[in-house]
Amino acid sequence: MRKNSFLFLAAVGIVLVLGFLLPWMVRNPFYFFVGYVVLQYVTIATGWNILGGYAGYINFGAAGFFGSGVYLSAFLFTTLGLPLPLCILAAAIFGAILGVLTGYLTLRIQGVYFAIATLGLVVVLETIVHNISALGGASGMAVYGPRPPAWSPGPSQYNFTVMLIIAVASVALARFVEISWIGRGLRAVKASEDAAECSGVPTLRLKLLACALSGAVLAAAGAPYPFYTSYVEPVTAFSLIIGLNAIAMPLIGGTKSWSGPVLGALLLASVQQIATVTISSELNILFVGLVLIAFVAFAPGGLADLFGRKPSGGAKP
Amino acid sequence: MFSIDILLNAIVTGILLGSVYASLALGLAITFGILHIPNIAHPTLVVAGAFFVYTLAQWGLDPIVAAVIGLVPFYVLGLALYLFYSRVFERRGGANVLQSLTLFFGLSLVVEILLVLSFGSELKSVNVSYIGSSLKFGALTVPYRLLIPALLGPVMIAAVWLYLSRTNSGTAIRAVAHEERALSIAGLDPAAVKRHAFGIATATAVVAGAALIMIGPVEPFGGRFQIGRVFAIVVLAGMGSIPGNLVIAIVIGVAEALVASYLNPSWSPGVAFAILLLGLAFRPQGLFGAAR
Repeated sequence: MRKNSFLFLAAVGIVLVLGFLLPWMVRNPFYFFVGYVVLQYVTIATGWNILGGYAGYINFGAAGFFGSGVYLSAFLFTTLGLPLPLCILAAAIFGAILGVLTGYLTLRIQGVYFAIATLGLVVVLETIVHNISALGGASGMAVYGPRPPAWSPGPSQYNFTVMLIIAVASVALARFVEISWIGRGLRAVKASEDAAECSGVPTLRLKLLACALSGAVLAAAGAPYPFYTSYVEPVTAFSLIIGLNAIAMPLIGGTKSWSGPVLGALLLASVQQIATVTISSELNILFVGLVLIAFVAFAPGGLADLFGRKPSGGAKP
Repeated sequence: MFSIDILLNAIVTGILLGSVYASLALGLAITFGILHIPNIAHPTLVVAGAFFVYTLAQWGLDPIVAAVIGLVPFYVLGLALYLFYSRVFERRGGANVLQSLTLFFGLSLVVEILLVLSFGSELKSVNVSYIGSSLKFGALTVPYRLLIPALLGPVMIAAVWLYLSRTNSGTAIRAVAHEERALSIAGLDPAAVKRHAFGIATATAVVAGAALIMIGPVEPFGGRFQIGRVFAIVVLAGMGSIPGNLVIAIVIGVAEALVASYLNPSWSPGVAFAILLLGLAFRPQGLFGAAR
C-alpha cells in the first residue's frame, strides 16, 4: 500500500506540473475549452462515486449539488468580490452541508428513499433559484470572470488549470476515502447494512460523512463554471445531463475503485465532446442513456471488471 | 387580501388537481407500492401516454376514447418492460434496488428522447368541444378542462381497487409481494402475476396521460416535474394503499393550490417534495400504512 501511495503521489505531481506547463506549450485555446468539460466530469464522477460507488447509495441529484456550487460561487464573486479559491471553498462547504441535510432526513430509512429524495432535490433547488431575484431568476446573470494571473496565458487556460487542480484534489480525496477506515466502513454498509451495524460499524455517521464529502466535491465541480461560461442560468446549471453523467460515468468505468470514475469520465466525456460537435445533443443523451442501460444490464462491474482482473470473490452488493 | 372566494376556489382546484395526481401515481402505487420495483420511469410513461392520446386526437378521436384504446398497447408495453427487467436481474439472482433504479432512470431518458425525436420538443395539447368553458356555481368557477380529467382519476382508482381487493387475480397480485414462495406452492407462477401487475400499472399511465394533456399542454420532459409528486403520494399513502393514494394526492393538491394562490405559483413545484421530506423524516411508514 505504501509503495502504491508513493506512485499515486508521483502521478499527481506529474499531472499538476503538466497542468501548469501545457497552456504554454499548446497554443490553441480550444483544447483547454474542451479539456475543462472533461475534467469537470472527472470531478463530478469522482464525487458521485464516494457515496454511490463505495456506500451504494444512488444520488440522482448530482445536478442539484453542481448547480448550487455554480450559483453560490457566481453570487459570492459578483456581489462580494471574493477571490476564486474562496468561492470554490465556499461552494464545497455548502455542498457538504446540503449533503448532510439531505442525508439526515432520508438515510435513516432505506436507500430507495434517499435516491427518490435526491430526484426531487434538483427540482426544489431549481425552483428556489428561479424565485430569487438576486440570482437573476429565470433569465440568469452574467459573470465577468477574474483576470487570469501571470502564470497562465489566457482565461480558457486558466480555467483549465483551476479545474485540473480541483479534479486532482477530488481524486486524491476519493482515493484516501477508499483506502482508509472510511472506505472499509462504507464497503461494509454496501455489502450488508444490518451486518455492519451489528458488528459495530457506525453506519449512519459513515453515510453522513460520505454524503458530506460527495456533496462537497460535486459542488466544488460547479464553482468555476460561471467563469467558464461567463453566464449562469438555472436550466444549464441544473441540467439533466450532469445528473445522468454523474451516474453513467462511474457505472461504465467501474464503481469499486477511484480509477473507475476517472476512466469512465475521460472516456464518456471525450466521446460526448466529439458527439456534441458532430451530432445533436438529443442523440448525445440517447446514446448515454442506452450505454447506461447496457452496462447496468450486462456489465454491472463496469470496464474495470470487463478488462481488468477478475473480481476476487469479495462481498457482492 | 384574504377572501373566502379565493380560499374556496383554491381548495376546489386543489381537490381536482389532487385527483389527477392520484391517477398519475396509481401505476407507481402498484409497481413500487405493491411489487417494490422502483419504477422511476412511470411519470415518463405517463407523458408517453399523453403523446399517444395526442396522436389519436389529431385524427379526431376524443381523448378519453383514445385513452381506452391505449390501454391495450400500454398493457403490452408493461409486459415487455417487466420481461426485460426480470431477464436482466434474474440472471444475477435477485434485483438490486439501486441497479434497478439506474435501469429505470436510463429507460426514462431513452423514452423522453424518443418522444423529442418523433414529436419535437414543443408543447402539445388537445382540443375538444368541452375544453375551454367553465362550470359556474356561485362564486366558484371550475373549468371543464380540470373537472373532466379529475373525474377520470377516482373512476380508474375505484376500478383498480375493486380489482385488487375483490377478484382472485387481484388477490394474487397483492400476495406476490408478501410471499412469493407460498404463491408458487398454491400453483401460480409468481413471475406471470408480477408481469400482469406491471402491465396494469403501465396501462394506467395512458389514462393518466389523457388527464394530463386535457388539463394543459405537455412536453416530452414533463415527467420530471411529476417524479417528486408521485413518489411523495405513494410513499406517504403507505406503499400500496390505493384509497390512501387518493387521500394523500388530494392533500398535496390542496397544499399546492393554496401555495399558488397565496404565495406564488412558481413555488408550487417544491411543495410535494417538502411534504415528502417531512413525511420521510417523521413518519416513514406512511400515513395509511402499517409499521414495518
